[in-house]
Amino acid sequence: MKILVPVKRVVDYNVKPRVKADGSGVETQGVKMSMNPFDEIAVEEAVRLREKGAASEVVAVSIGVTDAQAILRTAMAMGADRAILVQTDLVLEPLAVAKLLKTIVDREEPGLVIMGKQAIDDDMNATGQILAARLNWPQGTFANTVTVGEGWVEVKREVDGGLEIVRLALPAVVTTDLRLNEPRYATMPNIMKARKKPLETIAADALGVDLAPRLETVSVVEPPARKAGVKVSSAAELVEKLRDEAKVI
Amino acid sequence: MTSLVLVEIENGLVKQASRSAVMAARAFGDVDVLVVGEGATVAARIEGVVRVLHADLPPLAETIAALMADHAGDYTHLLAAATAFGKNVMPRLAGLLDVQPVTEVVRILDADTFVRPIYAGNALATVRSKDARKVLTVRGANFDPVPAEGGNAAVESVSAAVEVPDAQIVGLEVTKSDRPELETARVVISGGKAFKDAENFRMLEPIADRLGAAIGASRAAVDSGFAPNEMQVGQTGKIVAPELYIAVGIAGAIQHLAGMKDSKVIAAINVDPEAPIFSVADYGLVGDLFEVLPQFKAALDA
Repeated sequence: MKILVPVKRVVDYNVKPRVKADGSGVETQGVKMSMNPFDEIAVEEAVRLREKGAASEVVAVSIGVTDAQAILRTAMAMGADRAILVQTDLVLEPLAVAKLLKTIVDREEPGLVIMGKQAIDDDMNATGQILAARLNWPQGTFANTVTVGEGWVEVKREVDGGLEIVRLALPAVVTTDLRLNEPRYATMPNIMKARKKPLETIAADALGVDLAPRLETVSVVEPPARKAGVKVSSAAELVEKLRDEAKVI
Repeated sequence: MTSLVLVEIENGLVKQASRSAVMAARAFGDVDVLVVGEGATVAARIEGVVRVLHADLPPLAETIAALMADHAGDYTHLLAAATAFGKNVMPRLAGLLDVQPVTEVVRILDADTFVRPIYAGNALATVRSKDARKVLTVRGANFDPVPAEGGNAAVESVSAAVEVPDAQIVGLEVTKSDRPELETARVVISGGKAFKDAENFRMLEPIADRLGAAIGASRAAVDSGFAPNEMQVGQTGKIVAPELYIAVGIAGAIQHLAGMKDSKVIAAINVDPEAPIFSVADYGLVGDLFEVLPQFKAALDA
């Protein structure tokens, strides 16, 4: 079975995002970019499934600018066998991304797609579900545990109040939650090896997909700041303030 | 204009977050609701609801999205609360309808224009949807719930005439708790990495019981195994806005602040006077939680 892992290049987890002065978005120029952390979890899970013998090949795919090759190399250094870059300079929404991914799925015919539940830039949490809908495949979102069997995958999902276990017929789409695994670091020898792995580039506009945005960004602003209050000197004073001043206990 | 809101039933009641979604939908006109499984008569009593669509189906995204797409009809807006359930179903529905969903909406400006946080709440984006029909998830904490009683809607049975992919629920592991639910509790007390281990983390329990509070955790505490993921407060966990939020041993990473900064009153206990949590706290107490917490409990009991 082949596993397809879509990965997104985003502003690094550790960088504090800066809103552009003209209110058009968040600054991404000259900022450290990395693989979306939820997608790293997806790569790790796919590689583990291959290592366990549940999958034969792991293909990473990214949709974005030429520089997204870097995160595809990272995915291959973590263990993906090859990679595809669907090249575009456009900033795409989840619907368009899902449509592009569907063309890759149609071509690669994976048994399983594993991807992050959300990207930490737009926080949409939508692409996996949209892709599953457009493929008419079952979906296992917010995965905590993934078990692959003959023709099925069982996904333990993070839901409100606990965990829900769904069994899906393959092929299926799985999206990863935080506790699924802890992604490995790419070692230097594996980074060297990844440089020799195949990376194919396809132009997004050659795939016959409508990429026009459906959402117009009116403005992007910083949230109103909450101002710091007072410091109290003891637990007793804290209780007193909460009781008598704030009247919340 | 009429909206359809997918509501959740829990322990025989309509979830508060779902009633917040109904409130959000009122901005667009009349509101119908969809109930899957038990609870149609309860949903019919929600104030202001015109019609209840009821389907006897398993609570699976595959089935519900197909059903909603089938009944989308003249609805201009299709909504659900941004809970694990709503986040699973609504984008799938959007995919079926060829709509770009707008998720985690915190404010509605008009029928096409919505405000949603991006970058873990570090920025607020205002977006205008060009889709003829909108698919939205809304944050419960940002809309007052409509009353659970006062309505008398007609209930209508619906079914899906579409084939759905093969998926089934084979198990459920429910975390049992006698405490109020995190997202609707009046008081939330949360712990962070400073508790050092899961045993220490339980120091929060007697205080939570005393205050009738729900217990939350920072992502660091969850990642360290002190608390289960469903307790996680933050952009990657639950978004809460209680009357009182008490952060204990939580530094205040941006992703945590995104999940609780809309709380009415915030109190913070942290050993580090420079901790970012103090920059949002109404009341800050600098001190070692292992000394301060017992004193706090004693002061409550005094």
